[in-house]
Amino acid sequence: MDEDKIDKIIEEHRTDKSELIPILQDVQAEYNWLPQDTLRYIAKRLQVPLTDVFGIATFYKSFSLKPRGKHLVRVCLGTACHVRGGPRILETAERILGIKTGETTEDYKFTLESVNCLGCCALGPVMVVDNEYYGKLPPTKVEKVLHKYGYTSLSSGKGGET
Amino acid sequence: MNRRKIKSPSDLEKLRQEILAKRDPKKPRIAICAGTGCLALGARKVITTFKEELKKCGLENEVEIRETGCPGFCEKGTIVVIYPEGIYYLQVQPGDVPEIVEKTLVEKKHVERLLYTDPTTNEKAIHEDEIPFYKHQMRLLIGNNIKVDPKNIDDYIALGGYRALAKALSEMTQEEVIEEVKRANLRGRGGGGFPAGRKWETTRNAPGEPKYVIVNCDEGDPGAFMNRALMEGNPHSVIEGLIIGAYAIGSHEGFIYVRDEYPLAVENTGIALEQAREYGLLGRDIMGSGFDFDVKIFRGAGAFISGESSALMSSLEGKVGAPKPKYVHTSIKGLWNKPSNLNNVETWANIPLIINKGARWFTSIGTEGSKGTKIFALVGKVNNTGLVEVPFGITLREIIYNIGGGIPNNKKFKAVQTGGPSGGCIPERFIDTAVDFDELTKLGSMMGSGGMIVMDEDTCMVDVARYFIDFLVDESCGRCVPCREGLERMSEILNDICEGRGKEGDIELLEELSAVMKDTSMCGLGRTAPNPVLTTIHYFRDEYDAHIKEKKCPAHVCKALIEYYIDAEKCTGCLACLKACPEGAIAGEKEKVHVINREKCSKCGICYDTCKFGAVIIS
Repeated sequence: MDEDKIDKIIEEHRTDKSELIPILQDVQAEYNWLPQDTLRYIAKRLQVPLTDVFGIATFYKSFSLKPRGKHLVRVCLGTACHVRGGPRILETAERILGIKTGETTEDYKFTLESVNCLGCCALGPVMVVDNEYYGKLPPTKVEKVLHKYGYTSLSSGKGGET
Repeated sequence: MNRRKIKSPSDLEKLRQEILAKRDPKKPRIAICAGTGCLALGARKVITTFKEELKKCGLENEVEIRETGCPGFCEKGTIVVIYPEGIYYLQVQPGDVPEIVEKTLVEKKHVERLLYTDPTTNEKAIHEDEIPFYKHQMRLLIGNNIKVDPKNIDDYIALGGYRALAKALSEMTQEEVIEEVKRANLRGRGGGGFPAGRKWETTRNAPGEPKYVIVNCDEGDPGAFMNRALMEGNPHSVIEGLIIGAYAIGSHEGFIYVRDEYPLAVENTGIALEQAREYGLLGRDIMGSGFDFDVKIFRGAGAFISGESSALMSSLEGKVGAPKPKYVHTSIKGLWNKPSNLNNVETWANIPLIINKGARWFTSIGTEGSKGTKIFALVGKVNNTGLVEVPFGITLREIIYNIGGGIPNNKKFKAVQTGGPSGGCIPERFIDTAVDFDELTKLGSMMGSGGMIVMDEDTCMVDVARYFIDFLVDESCGRCVPCREGLERMSEILNDICEGRGKEGDIELLEELSAVMKDTSMCGLGRTAPNPVLTTIHYFRDEYDAHIKEKKCPAHVCKALIEYYIDAEKCTGCLACLKACPEGAIAGEKEKVHVINREKCSKCGICYDTCKFGAVIIS
């Protein structure tokens, strides 16, 4: 952990407990996840119990306490995507990457997550890689999209056996 | 950019005239939707191609490009409108751009294939008001999205923006503003439908300073995205409403809470607030009225329950966003225990209209108990998906068929789900119901924030109930027992039914659990959670019975209850499914009938999608 980096983030906000969520968001933007020592350090700096920091980091879905891959693949499971085949997109992505939802490939290239609605319901089913949206996606195109981000059959633990 | 402070209502009018004087209404303008939906369909590339093409043709100074908010017809994105004629092009791809520039901008002709074509008559529609999707709407709130660049406040001011604020600050007392909103009978658009004017009055009269005003853009209902479209497409309409509300309530500090999944809304709102500050529309002594007010954006961190008022305020305080028991309403004791008025994005966006045009005009639209318009997200199994703004009182049929263009692939309409996870499924026999807050509640569903998910014969209603319950298991904060445990048990029962382990008595048990949850849960999430289960049992009991008694899924959705096989008469032996099957479960040779190995088959359905001859059958 780079204490200066965290100090800089905290200074941009107030050293006030109410700024905890924005501070954690910025720390996660820096590291891509929330390493345990950063949580301890933030608790100390803001003088709040570690349990409060941990409570927030586990309550909100956008925070991750595990390292995430270089690319974040999110499959929308909102109602509109659900009735248009969202679960099959997720299953296909799981099969291709050889991981379950919420897991990261061994080479830390991809993390696969589901999301409960991205608000582009008219284009369901939707998959988002990093910040690129792929709408009206058929299961047969999932692999092609992943290739754009450097997926090869070697990317994943078990993947690529298709 | 250097912006001069607006110090009076006449200053605002002067600025508006200056903006208009600089703009030639006859100058060709290309409006391109740069909302999240169109961007997902490649709008960015369309925009850059237009820029390159105009440059190539030496037209970059002759033609203006405007990146606008979402006009709602997401199904047909990327949407491009050429002004001043208002020619409406749909599904524009980067490859279409040179032709549009050459034909429409230079030769003043239409590119026929990009116009809307009526699927039955094959007639072309050129302008927005000729396209059925738009023709039957009343677009008071969302209609301006295609006219403004959300990143440029001048576009909003040119359309008369901030006039309502000027009027409220200079001509109306705080009480008069509240009276006007009360007379308009504006009901909260976030789902509850509580009268906004009464809520404002409560906060205004509550003891304690400071008072806070909050925009709820934590639009978590799956299947709803109207708040996103307004917040990212026309943020000033929401901000103007918020400032008027703050004035009426006597608040000097506001918050806009935007969910984490809407990065573009965060970006555009941030720019809008900065520009409003530069013009002196936020900050000290707004428009010379002596009224001070400013707003902060707060980015949510991903929690459905944080859209509930007390939970949202906890989240703003930097705590876990879980709800509190409401012995005292948040309008009296909310954020940091101070009086706090929270309204939904769409509620706030209605305020400038009410102040400008008056409560009498507003109440002329809608039904007895529900006034004005409502934006619905028309999605799912319907031809024209997108955002639809209609007056209250329109029927479901008009929305789904006249605006939505009916069900794709000649399938049969089965139900429409409204109200998100707190709502319910309304079957076909109620399709002529007039849509308003009260009528939907009578049917066991609710208005919610306006998600309208259309379902056809291929949608399994038990699976839909299971979907919502599993969603809520995931999103329940877990604080109260009836919601936490009730949802878990319901999920187990519904998963058993969908996976062929359903047994007699399951339906009754679901009903009993529902009754307890409704009566004893702490917040609205738990109290309304049983709605999707109860409405599907009530209206589609035969589907539950088929799953439980016959172990069949009539809609062929529940994997454990279906099998895939290949119809030997239809199979041409083309190898397509065999190659596509990820499990290697299909055997066969070229021009010989293929066979699915049931033991290997994971029922992913890829063979069904791949086969062009309809030879893969689900039983």
